[in-house]
Amino acid sequence: MMKKIGIFVCIFTFLIVSSSLAQTPKKGGTLVFGRGGDSVGLDPAYETDGNSFMICDNVYEALVFYKDESTALEPGLATSWEVSPDGLTYTFKLRKGVKFHDGTPFNADAVVFSHGRMMKERKIKFFGKGWEIPKQERPPEYWVSMEMDNTIDSIEAKDEHTVVYKLKRVEAPFLANMGMDFADIISPTAFMKDPAGFVRNPVGTGPFKFVKWIKDDRIILEAFKDYWNKAKGPYLDRVIFRAIPENSVRFLELKAGNIHICQFPNAADIPLAKKDPKLQVFTQPGMNIGYLGFNHKKEPWASNVKLRKAIAHAINRKAIVDNIYQGMGEVAKNCIPPTMWGYNKDVPGYQYDVELAKKLIAEAGYPEGKGLPEITLWSMPVARPYNPEGLKVGVAMIGDLAKIGIRARVVSYDWGTYLKRQREQPEDMDLFQLGWTGDNGDPDNFLAVLFDGMASPAVRIQWHNETYHNLMLQGKQTVDQAKRAEIYKKAQQLMYEECPVIPIAHSAVMWPGLKKVQNFKLHPTGSVYLGSVWLP
Amino acid sequence: MIGFILRRILVVIPTLLGVSIIIFLMLAITPGDPAELLLGERATKESLDAMREYLGLQKPLYVQYGLFLKRVAQFDLGETIWTRQKVSVEIMERFPATIELTLAAMIISSFLGIILGIISATKQYSWFDYASMLGSLFGVSMPVFWLGLVLMLIFALNLGWFPMSGRLGVDIDLTTITNLFVLDSVLTRNWEALRSALMHLTLPAIALSTIPLAIVARMTRSSMLEVLRQDYIKTARAKGLSEFKIVLKHALRNGLIPVVTVVGLQFGILLGGAILTETVFAWPGVGKWLYDGVVKRDYMVIQGGCLLVATIFVFVNLIVDVLYAIINPRISVK
Repeated sequence: MMKKIGIFVCIFTFLIVSSSLAQTPKKGGTLVFGRGGDSVGLDPAYETDGNSFMICDNVYEALVFYKDESTALEPGLATSWEVSPDGLTYTFKLRKGVKFHDGTPFNADAVVFSHGRMMKERKIKFFGKGWEIPKQERPPEYWVSMEMDNTIDSIEAKDEHTVVYKLKRVEAPFLANMGMDFADIISPTAFMKDPAGFVRNPVGTGPFKFVKWIKDDRIILEAFKDYWNKAKGPYLDRVIFRAIPENSVRFLELKAGNIHICQFPNAADIPLAKKDPKLQVFTQPGMNIGYLGFNHKKEPWASNVKLRKAIAHAINRKAIVDNIYQGMGEVAKNCIPPTMWGYNKDVPGYQYDVELAKKLIAEAGYPEGKGLPEITLWSMPVARPYNPEGLKVGVAMIGDLAKIGIRARVVSYDWGTYLKRQREQPEDMDLFQLGWTGDNGDPDNFLAVLFDGMASPAVRIQWHNETYHNLMLQGKQTVDQAKRAEIYKKAQQLMYEECPVIPIAHSAVMWPGLKKVQNFKLHPTGSVYLGSVWLP
Repeated sequence: MIGFILRRILVVIPTLLGVSIIIFLMLAITPGDPAELLLGERATKESLDAMREYLGLQKPLYVQYGLFLKRVAQFDLGETIWTRQKVSVEIMERFPATIELTLAAMIISSFLGIILGIISATKQYSWFDYASMLGSLFGVSMPVFWLGLVLMLIFALNLGWFPMSGRLGVDIDLTTITNLFVLDSVLTRNWEALRSALMHLTLPAIALSTIPLAIVARMTRSSMLEVLRQDYIKTARAKGLSEFKIVLKHALRNGLIPVVTVVGLQFGILLGGAILTETVFAWPGVGKWLYDGVVKRDYMVIQGGCLLVATIFVFVNLIVDVLYAIINPRISVK
């Protein structure tokens, strides 16, 4: 008996010791990250693609950070912030003792410089000598599309470590925007040394500094020894981002152990990775929505709610997620992802129910589809994070619609034309697929930007609903998050009742990696942070 | 001879002008908007307008073309739409990779192709002849994409003899001078890098060489067969020369003339970039870059890249013509 207890105690101690050893991060090593393409540029103000932001995520930092695996905010380069009661003044207190990779100090002037250079009319004030910022050659895309010029009135450095933003209007998502890549802080000294060359020689305050870029081949970063946040490493000596365009080759490189993480593998390779004892699969529910929209500029879609609902109940979305998304996702009830604050889990969602759909289409005035001409279903020609194969999804939907008597055909264009024509809401478009990947984790970034047609004719769903529009305005102008959550919950219920679009799926991100990679976490925004990652 | 070369070089100008007009017109009638593609789903009307303005897309077509010509006349290919870098810089960063791969593939295919062709011709209707001609039929018909993956599975993943993709091991630091990694590693006496560069080069070069290899082999065979039936070969045989000497000294020089053309043409085609091989082997060359430019409607990349490819093609043709005259003095360059 005693012997058994002895063995048990030994095993128990061994387990505890080994697990605590496994938890202690080790310094050193090189991590090779395999991805599908090269970065376009490395100046956060002007980039638009994930492969560029992935490098920026590790080289630069912003005033506020998103927490691990969530879009809740936490202090970043700013240690705290205050919002004035009227919601129009934001005062940021900055972290002291932070250095850029070029050795220059991070301070309020650097913040004014980084954001001020993107402003159309530069109402900025430096605390120190400041810089004469060169005229910007190209529009900073995110700054423009997040409407920052309509939001920010002026930026001022009050002292070495205080920055004040005066806003033109109350804009609740402002703080979340300050965590996005475009709002990263750059080294003004490095930028002024060579403004045109900065895009290829990035200098920030992040855990890794830029070393070398061989175009279409690799980008090399190395640990920044003076990084301020020792709790977040960096543990790795070097990180190499390799561009391997072909998905199956990238996965083979992982299997051979030549790369540590394989971004965007073929869906068919995920089960293989799960079976392989040397591999693990990093998973994260994506902050995205793939939806099927109606052309609200055209009848019968604009006014016939029952017809819209009939279609919603006729489409077998679970089959689409199981077979075309290959299980990498979940059927959507709402148009914001379930991980986001403000998600309304009480919305019932549209069940797949052919009988109900038939009943609804009859009530809508088109029994068995009679009286409805052949409709077009625009299907996306490219794979996007929220919809892996638009054309296949389109074909599946047509089959489902035929069951309730609706004749539909798939229409597609090249991606640029698709986006352009969809915005025009042409007469030859009835239903269309599209989707969205969130920027800043704020419900406004989905619900207002995508569906509030009354806000602008450029909104992709031209649904004009007064109640919804007012809810969106309230949401923007309320600073308290709990109150905002209630507003957005109401908006989701309203969308369920009115059915301006049919939410299809939130796709999940699954990237296989070597088992030895420790503490790598996918982020809902798609950012890749490697500061805390280590190798045994 | 020099006059001939100069005249041929002058012909390059109208050729390139023609090429640029054709490309420009093709771009004009192809749908797709780089501004939409750049900004994606999140484009607002404001950001689209700002971007189109910046890219000069709102100007009439002939103005855009005029501006393009003006720049080219000043030896400036402009900046790419996506990366905001000089097109010439982008080309120079990738072209050495393409040259390296093409040279390796052409060395393999010319060397093996000519040998196979000669043996097949001298041993016509033997098993070797049938086998090599059947083999070259496979070579022409095999999809490079598939072949690349198979080579990779066998020789990289299972046997581990070669690396799978890329140009150089990730653990190797190489000071680049010409961006031709094999040459750079020799120049800097970095033997570890040389080994790595050659190992990385092998599989893609083999994959890329199959089609030209097959073409060269078949061409050599038929050309040699024709030459070997000529009277002067019979005379040589009657003189009692050894078969080896007849083939290599008397027949080959004449037999090679059409082969030189084929090799030259293949070389020109491959220098334009081997999109599939480059994609499979993650080889950072000019082909994949140009292809991405088309997909993203990066007009500057397409224009600059096509001009480069056209120029190379014209010059390779010129070199072939000059070689012709050297191999066979009976052909006059006039």
